[in-house]
Amino acid sequence: MAKKIHVTSTINGEPIEFLCDARQSLLEVLRDTLDFTGAKEGCNNGNCGACTVLLDGLPVDSCLVLGVEVEGAKITTIEGIAREAHLHPIQQCFLEDAALQCGICTPGFIMSTKALLDSNPNPSEHEIRFQLSGNLCRCTGYDKIIRAVQDSAKALSAGVERGGTKATQPDGRRAAKKQPQAR
Amino acid sequence: MKDFEYQTATTVDEAVSLLAARGERARVLTGGTDLIVQLREGLREADLVVDIKKIPELMELSYSPRSGLKLGAAVPCYRIYDDPEISRAYAALADSARIIGGWQIQSRASIGGNLCNSSPAADSIPSLIVYDVICHLAGPQGRRTVRVADFCTAPGRNVLGRGEILATLEFPPIKKNSGASYLRFIPRNEMDIAVVGAASWLQLDAAGERIEKARVALAAVAPTPLPLTAVSEWLVGKPATSETFAAAGDMASLAVKPISDKRGTVEYRKHLSGVLTKRTLVIAADRARGASAPAH
Ligand SMILES: Cc1cc2nc3c(=O)[nH]c(=O)nc-3n(C[C@H](O)[C@H](O)[C@H](O)COP(=O)(O)OP(=O)(O)OC[C@H]3O[C@@H](n4cnc5c(N)ncnc54)[C@H](O)[C@@H]3O)c2cc1C
Ligand code: FES
Ligand code: FES
Repeated sequence: MAKKIHVTSTINGEPIEFLCDARQSLLEVLRDTLDFTGAKEGCNNGNCGACTVLLDGLPVDSCLVLGVEVEGAKITTIEGIAREAHLHPIQQCFLEDAALQCGICTPGFIMSTKALLDSNPNPSEHEIRFQLSGNLCRCTGYDKIIRAVQDSAKALSAGVERGGTKATQPDGRRAAKKQPQAR
Repeated sequence: MKDFEYQTATTVDEAVSLLAARGERARVLTGGTDLIVQLREGLREADLVVDIKKIPELMELSYSPRSGLKLGAAVPCYRIYDDPEISRAYAALADSARIIGGWQIQSRASIGGNLCNSSPAADSIPSLIVYDVICHLAGPQGRRTVRVADFCTAPGRNVLGRGEILATLEFPPIKKNSGASYLRFIPRNEMDIAVVGAASWLQLDAAGERIEKARVALAAVAPTPLPLTAVSEWLVGKPATSETFAAAGDMASLAVKPISDKRGTVEYRKHLSGVLTKRTLVIAADRARGASAPAH
């Protein structure tokens, strides 16, 4: 067995150090070593998006990233998006719109939605479906998820209180893929 | 997954010497969207994985109308379509980059990895072929170049020798009155492997009426991505009309010799080859006449 590798990165704003084997995925490290069990394992091969986290602001399947690859990187997981006792507006909208049944896909959908709305605050339905195509849901049939994303977009851009939640400012910065002119 | 040693290279020479020392037992890692799945499923084994994403040359993406596009082998797909100038100039490349997996995959997956994985169904390779891309390789014997049409040799195989890596992809400058397009057919809307993929590139005369040069290439119809040389030559001198493009599609259907598998039968793939050849030619001609690339 090769020696464990020491990795330093920032997770949800906190500097974190961990030891891992080269073969361990970021998902395994998050769940098994660091106890961030919000990211889920669905397929473990990049197809379902249940393990989605943000890596330097971009959505990635954490099952397809090695733990050792995140040296020096900034990671945001579902645990990092609520502000103190308040759910993030996207979480609140998924809840109120009943955009989940078993909930396995939900953390992944919420992280992809956050990445989408950070880069494109007012996406069309088509853009939402295209950008979230890397996230699968076996329960809801997607329509309620799409509605929750649309409501999240409204809540965030209005910056209003919704269900007692103050909308947070978007942070990750990149141009939206569907709006090449907005750069 | 079996454990392996992980090394980060910061220069091309370092990557090459790490890889050359282990030969077959070493693998290059860029986005990992093919490699990690293959290692996990036991389709490939490695004692050493060399991460090349920290090599500046391999992460370079630079474009100028005069010198063309230099695409570092490890640049992830999203950086291509996020750049409005590059997506406009090399629209077929952007077409490919936008449909390789979903967003999570595109945050990591590189065009270099897509090429080096050398799948016959890879979505970027037909686009690279129609742009006549030059592959810059670096190995223990130094540097060499290979035309992308000669890169893949069999499913999952290519010209890379022991310790050799793909460093950059060089796209020639964009010609006046030219345009290109890539489309694939899949049974779902997104996130699937091409049943057939087609890329077309056209250069028209100044009036936008007659074809001066053409290149067509298909995916998933042969053991390697397939340049349709006869169709490309036939198009030269023809009027850039829907009749011409439909006839080229018919020729493409007859020219390909695909196999039947779970994604489609021979007949279905031949039919799709014709349809996609025609459609990509129509889009390429529109783009050559100055229509800007649609969002996707
Ligand atoms: C869910 C999912 C969906 C996908 N959808 C698509 C799709 O729609 N279309 C498609 O074409 N592909 C698809 N793929 C496959 C894959 O994402 C692409 O082939 C991708 O472009 C590979 O790039 P990478 O950077 O991740 O390569 P890696 O996995 O890092 O590498 C791929 C292979 O090439 C070798 N390699 C990589 N770079 C170099 C280099 N510079 N020099 C020498 N060898 C090198 C590696 O050792 C490895 O064998 C999908 C994969 C997944 C998991
Ligand atoms: S568990 Fe990572 S994509 Fe399904
Ligand atoms: S709610 Fe069950 S998978 Fe989406």
